[in-house]
Amino acid sequence: MTPTQRQRLLVVSVVFVGISIASGLTLLAFKENLLYFVTPTEIKTTELPKERLLRVGGLVVEGTVQRDGIQVQFDLTDTANAVTVVYSGILPDLFREGQGIIANGKLTDDGTFMASQVLAKHDENYMPPEVADALQQAKNLPEKFKEKYR
Amino acid sequence: MNFFHRFASPREFFRIAGYTVPWLGGATLILIVVGLYLGLFVAPADYQQGESYRIIFIHVPAAWMSLFVYMSMAGAAAVGLIWKIKLAHVIAMSSAPIGASFTLLALITGSLWGKPMWGTWWVWDARLTSELILLFLYLGIMALYAAFEERRSGQQAAGILAVVGVINIPIIHYSVQWWNTLHQGATVTKFSAPSIHLSMLIPLLIMAAAFMLFYAATVLARARWEVLDQERRSTWVNEYLEQL
Repeated sequence: MTPTQRQRLLVVSVVFVGISIASGLTLLAFKENLLYFVTPTEIKTTELPKERLLRVGGLVVEGTVQRDGIQVQFDLTDTANAVTVVYSGILPDLFREGQGIIANGKLTDDGTFMASQVLAKHDENYMPPEVADALQQAKNLPEKFKEKYR
Repeated sequence: MNFFHRFASPREFFRIAGYTVPWLGGATLILIVVGLYLGLFVAPADYQQGESYRIIFIHVPAAWMSLFVYMSMAGAAAVGLIWKIKLAHVIAMSSAPIGASFTLLALITGSLWGKPMWGTWWVWDARLTSELILLFLYLGIMALYAAFEERRSGQQAAGILAVVGVINIPIIHYSVQWWNTLHQGATVTKFSAPSIHLSMLIPLLIMAAAFMLFYAATVLARARWEVLDQERRSTWVNEYLEQL
């Protein structure tokens, strides 16, 4: 490498490192605003402004889904706390008990969440239904049989 | 190093790339046919998403390539800036429209997938937004390159923008990990075992290989004509054109 090439390498590296630090600090400063949704625990523990649009994400608690026409009510949990969500409208195909979803709406005075939009969040696992069944069965099997399915 | 210097000479590059492109193109075609057949007809339906998940075989390779092409482009641009290798600049600038196309494809297929599964075409979460910024970066690099009268100045200015924009790549990749997003986490590109069944992983990897070969074929084909235009005053180009 000639001295001029070394100098150009240095300039490119310094510019890149500088930009990296600047972007890192910017993202750190915006951390809160980059969260797409809040959790039920955050709703319970922090003082969130009423009458402001919020997104809350969590799992639909099994056995809490009540349908009345197109009005649906269900509990949303992050396994520590839960919040009741009321929504009227069409639910996405993936909406089911135990599914991760995100509700977009406002908190009301009595602590329920009035959703204007419900989005389903799916996980990063892809498998055929038979494999999912086998995994589910293995989960329900007595401890001594579990080794076989691993 | 000798081979490297020979290959980096415009004339040799034009010749060697000319032989390589048809082979790469043929291999791309074969892998796309095999990958799509395995993905659309052989792979089983998903336990949650049913048949709709099959768009994964286009969406995910396109998204991977949008990042990979960017890294190649920025790497080539850095080599061009530091060592003043003309061919590196040509490769970088030929990559930009291909990368932009992969990014657009990933955004469109993602949107088509989002509607039935999530219930929305688009959300402003960190993953989707950072991928959209990537598209704008590609378009910015292409526009900056085209905005200069002199080719060399365009290559340098756009090359600097390409290198600076690399900062967006880790942000896109880790966005699903750093922030709560609607987009789910990584399935394959993580340190633990991929959480996708083997019968679905194989067509996915075949499609990824096909997209990779497609990039190799198109970038070489584009760079060949760019080199020919750039060297249009040299004797070998005139000899070549007279032969036609």
